[in-house]
Amino acid sequence: MANKRIDEATQTETVGHEWDGIEELNTPLPRWWLWSFYGCIAFAIGYMIVYPAIPMVHKATEGTLGWSSRGQLAEEMKAADAERSEVRAKIAAVDIVKLPEQPDLMAQAVAGGAAAFKVNCVQCHGSGAAGSQTLGYPNLNDDDWLWGGDIKTIEYTITHGIRQANDDDLRQSAMPPFAGVFDPQQLDALATHVLSLSGKAKPNAQGAQIYADNCVVCHGDKGQGDRTVGAPRLADAIWLYGGTKADIEKQILNPRMGQMPHWGGRLDPVTIKMLAAYVYSLGGGEKIAQTTTPEPVKQDDGQPQQ
Amino acid sequence: MDSPNNSTDTVEQPVSAASAKPSDFTKRHDPPREPAPVKLYEKRRAVHNKRIDGPFRRFKWFVMLVTLGIYYITPWIRWDRGPYAPDQAVLVDLANRRFYMFGIEIWPQEFYFVAGLLIMAGIGLFLVTSAVGRAWCGYACPQTVWTDLFQHIDRFVDGDRNARMRLDAAPWTWGKVLRRGFKWTIYLAIAFWTGGAWIMYFADAPTLTHDFWTGQAAPVAYATVAILTATTFVLGGFMREQVCIYMCPWPRIQTAMLDEKSLIVTYKDWRGEPRGSVKKAAKNPGEFGDCIDCTQCVQVCPTGIDIREGPQIGCITCALCIDACDKVMKDIGRPRGLIDYATLEDCKREAAGETPRPAWKTLLHPRTVIYFGIWAAIGLGMLFLLGTRSHTSISAAPDRNPPYMLMSDGALRNSYTVKLRNMESRPRKMEVVIDGLPGAKMWTGTMDYADAKRKLVIDVPPDETKALRVYVISPPDTKAQDFHFGVTSLDPQKETDQAEARFTAPGDSE
Repeated sequence: MANKRIDEATQTETVGHEWDGIEELNTPLPRWWLWSFYGCIAFAIGYMIVYPAIPMVHKATEGTLGWSSRGQLAEEMKAADAERSEVRAKIAAVDIVKLPEQPDLMAQAVAGGAAAFKVNCVQCHGSGAAGSQTLGYPNLNDDDWLWGGDIKTIEYTITHGIRQANDDDLRQSAMPPFAGVFDPQQLDALATHVLSLSGKAKPNAQGAQIYADNCVVCHGDKGQGDRTVGAPRLADAIWLYGGTKADIEKQILNPRMGQMPHWGGRLDPVTIKMLAAYVYSLGGGEKIAQTTTPEPVKQDDGQPQQ
Repeated sequence: MDSPNNSTDTVEQPVSAASAKPSDFTKRHDPPREPAPVKLYEKRRAVHNKRIDGPFRRFKWFVMLVTLGIYYITPWIRWDRGPYAPDQAVLVDLANRRFYMFGIEIWPQEFYFVAGLLIMAGIGLFLVTSAVGRAWCGYACPQTVWTDLFQHIDRFVDGDRNARMRLDAAPWTWGKVLRRGFKWTIYLAIAFWTGGAWIMYFADAPTLTHDFWTGQAAPVAYATVAILTATTFVLGGFMREQVCIYMCPWPRIQTAMLDEKSLIVTYKDWRGEPRGSVKKAAKNPGEFGDCIDCTQCVQVCPTGIDIREGPQIGCITCALCIDACDKVMKDIGRPRGLIDYATLEDCKREAAGETPRPAWKTLLHPRTVIYFGIWAAIGLGMLFLLGTRSHTSISAAPDRNPPYMLMSDGALRNSYTVKLRNMESRPRKMEVVIDGLPGAKMWTGTMDYADAKRKLVIDVPPDETKALRVYVISPPDTKAQDFHFGVTSLDPQKETDQAEARFTAPGDSE
């Protein structure tokens, strides 16, 4: 349809197409538009030379600037580390016991701890630090602590771990299995007595006797537990492995005992300090004076244990 | 009537859109032109507009003075807001997320005020367009104002139209190089000043000026100035009317909003045609119209169009051609207004020999009244909201993981992030209470559980939102239920607010 003609009204040539009487004018583009177009082409050529652009067999052309997204990431990570170094130095300098008294620094430590928690701890303790009763991972939000809940004790526990080898100062204890020791009637009496400690069942003399003979050493005469050996308090509402009678009987026969890696071997002391601050801040943190945990025999120097 | 919207006309081939479908008042008398040679790209034809004086030119001077004055001076106006807020009258504080405008301070969540202002500006433009046509384009648009300014620079450096045309055509001698260099230096200075003024709206102007010249300002400040200097230099100094004709969407939108009742700048062809010189007209009385074809209207036009070809997209209705034509008409003793502001309706009336309607009738017709009504309603609504808004508010977000917490004594604990907003520029004490949830107590992340209460008094810093981690503990066997956090400012204002919250417990189906 090369029916080009000059439009009378505008004195402009048409493109030569016609649709139901509608024609299109071939209006010239402004010259500056053309130059902008050429400019863009020139820019694109320059861009392809200095930046990675053309895909080859194994990788794209590298570009004369040597830029790469990995390189940029590394640079940004380095810059972020440098930015954090000042706060980390401050946190490193302060005694962890004094940390909660400095609200600003504490807030920064908690924020840093929250980030580290998301990377290292959520696999067991959950992203909300609520643990799991089914799997037996302790809830860190509540006020019940197996090994102690003041900030320094938390730091110690994180550094040295629980019931895992490779650390001389680890939290270590074991509850003996009672499978085959009690007959079903004795077991029922004992479990009922354990429940009675928190007022969930009536006390019974037989169970109390078995408890006194076998359990008092670690769990205490009133079920108050013992944090030096991580023996749980039995006289409260919180049950790590379940609080029904069946759960308790199961635990007596074949005790489950949790483990935690010693993070001192993997994380630097400042990160552990921040993690301790975060766990402490979750709502169940205890004051140093309140805690019943005696100082660990070997003083923690805050350095990672290799 | 025919539509004046014909976007195909160009600078080189100014064309009457009206002639595509001849209207009853626009008739063409010029001989048919030779078909233009086909060109794919169009070179710009430089516009060397002539100096003119007259009422519209003086109005343009006035508008230029006011708009440039507002633009350059506003950031330097001080406004005392006390020790906790900046003292700059107009400040868009992006870093602290605050927008200050004299006595008004806007927080990000109140951005609907700014949206409202923008809507008002939009409807205001509709109103102005339907009443007086493209007045925005002609007088107030930054592109027009700066182009006008730069054209005055041209005149100042190179002389008026004829001198400039001669210089343009002249070979590149040292004199011309020096002249051009001088002119472009002035362009650049104005462009730099323009870019520099812009950043002053985003930081304390005196501090930023000092930092800028001592190299301590943020890189974004230098980048912004560089970009705005470049755009001002290029758009105002060189692109000029091409921005209006090729780049700006607004003329296209406006042509859709103009109707036969809108005022536009128009050539009254029934009075002017056929054109003939004064001499010819004297020889043949009654044969020629009022237009003597002196082309003064074309020479003064800042976009280089010929208004006598009818309404067209290149016309920004700056009315300088009216000034030019009126002057000529006065000189040759003919009545003014051969080119004039008129509505197309009135043009028809005048052409038919009737008297045009009075100006107030032109301005007041249903469309303008409705636009004004909407515009004023939004303005009044925003003023009311501004006057009655509270400067205290509270919000509460529950922790979802874990939703609730069993404590060792069987009590239940929920955690919330409670935010207290103090929009006053002074520190305030606020009382936070638990409203509902019998037996519950709360404490914050920086308090001790032992001090848990139902009421807490919190110090909130000036002009800030304070986020608190709040633990609410409720006796054993509490059922899941809704309650409120309430806040009261402990000052004479006694502003209150409350936030809904839910206490989650085992068995909560939510």
